[in-house]
Amino acid sequence: MTELMVRAVGVRKHFGRLEALRGIDLEVDRGAVLCVIGPSGSGKSTFLRCINHLEKVDAGELYVDGELVGYERRGDRLFELGDGDVARKRAEIGMVFQRFNLFPHMTALGNVAEAPMRVKRQARSVAEDRARKLLERVGLAGREDTYPRQLSGGQQQRVAIARALAMEPKLMLFDEPTSALDPELVGEVLDVMHDLAATGMTMIVVTHEIGFARAAGDALVFMDEGVIVEAGVPRDVISNPQHERTKSFLSKVL
Amino acid sequence: MTAPERAELPVVPVRHPGRWVAAGVVLVLAAMLGHWLVATKALRWDVVWHYLFDPTVLAGVRRTILLTIVAMAIGIAFGTVLAVMRLSPNPIVSGFSWLYIWFFRGTPLLVQLVFWYNLPAVLHSLSVGVPFGPSWLHTDPKTIITQLGAAILGLGLNEAAYMAEIARAGILSVDEGQIEAAQAVGMTRVLTMRRIVLPQAMRVIIPPTGNETISMLKNTVLVSVIGYAELFYTVQIIYARTFQIIPLLLAASIWYLFMTSILTVGQYYLERYYARGLAHALPATPMQRLRARLGIGPPVQGRVSAVQLSTRQEHR
Repeated sequence: MTELMVRAVGVRKHFGRLEALRGIDLEVDRGAVLCVIGPSGSGKSTFLRCINHLEKVDAGELYVDGELVGYERRGDRLFELGDGDVARKRAEIGMVFQRFNLFPHMTALGNVAEAPMRVKRQARSVAEDRARKLLERVGLAGREDTYPRQLSGGQQQRVAIARALAMEPKLMLFDEPTSALDPELVGEVLDVMHDLAATGMTMIVVTHEIGFARAAGDALVFMDEGVIVEAGVPRDVISNPQHERTKSFLSKVL
Repeated sequence: MTAPERAELPVVPVRHPGRWVAAGVVLVLAAMLGHWLVATKALRWDVVWHYLFDPTVLAGVRRTILLTIVAMAIGIAFGTVLAVMRLSPNPIVSGFSWLYIWFFRGTPLLVQLVFWYNLPAVLHSLSVGVPFGPSWLHTDPKTIITQLGAAILGLGLNEAAYMAEIARAGILSVDEGQIEAAQAVGMTRVLTMRRIVLPQAMRVIIPPTGNETISMLKNTVLVSVIGYAELFYTVQIIYARTFQIIPLLLAASIWYLFMTSILTVGQYYLERYYARGLAHALPATPMQRLRARLGIGPPVQGRVSAVQLSTRQEHR
């Protein structure tokens, strides 16, 4: 057990000739909430997707809970992990997407109970009991049998958070969880995330919600053009940015 | 003096004289056809009726149904496998699928059927074992490629090529975000395909598959050339003896129409099942409408979408 939940050393990623990540060094403590801000195309979402191996890292090292992401070290060689091993590791990391990505052919309850039943092989009754509790926790008691399309954006995103929590992850990744929501629905999702942070969950949140970063974040990182420009305690970075690019970005979003 | 309000003025709807003329012409033509069908003695409706439930004809109907079901089952199962292979990153695997589809779509079904039927003439033994090595199980191909065997093989393998393209289109229609979400909760590729992608692809796959099944039912007549006694071959045998060609073809046509109608109804309900969870309004089924009209069962208010229903509950 290391104290670090995520450790990135010189992580690089390119898509064709586009360099999305140009050497990311980062550490996230167990139980900490890290917020990542930056203009679109700065590589913040790409970095998040690298952490649960939805994207393959081209160079550098990325560790989650002390283990290399996507590879296994045997002697002095790195072996790429197979589908089953990658899936097993992903099961320990929750992810919430900008566009929710709920399974439209399943009810809210089905969405939450599916992975515990199929991946963890829990009995249906056990998985559904727990799913009911999780839906209640995100404020959706009584909505178990509703299909995603019948829910508002905010409600869908809360189901998505419950779905991720159902696998009892040790780390939660949020990829702009409120960017696709109507302004009046943003609050209900942020409230759930606040509560989650208070329980000691390790979270990495890519967001444009500076208020959330200030209130719930233990650390804040500003990214631009594939590098970390500035990092620190949220209050300090927001009120007293050191870098020109950080200043100009914050002046636009605040 | 003020002009009267618009609402008080009488409204004259647009007239459509052309539509009335067209409707009249269609009615007259339909009446002529109806009269011809009833009044023409040579159609011999008594003979049609006699053979409609003749045991040999019914046996032909049974064989046609059997052939359709088995060939479609092979087509769907193998077609789905081919579709998944076609999407494989391995060029040999996807290349094989491409080649298969190219061959079976590119040659006439009739030729394929005759080919399978005559294959035992050049294939002297079938065996199971190590490729190019020893083998254990030997059999004469004639025992497998009977008339029924050749018919199933020919129709099923041909159908697989078409089903592969339909299944591929369905799989590709599923949003990439669904696959990512499934992987993010720890699902393997196989589980993602089975639980997330294929159920959603069904919505795109079902309508053309319904068409394929109806085509398959009708294409079973081709099997008559290799002498398998399905419905068409059965009536051919009968009219070769009695020379009542038209009445027997009418009897066969009635059966084909009956069977395709059943399939159409089945397709309707299958599409409804896979549309669950969609915001689109699901119109009431004919049975629901009938029950509502008779006063048994819940009332039906035209098209009520699930979304409207849920917002209504919220207002309460």
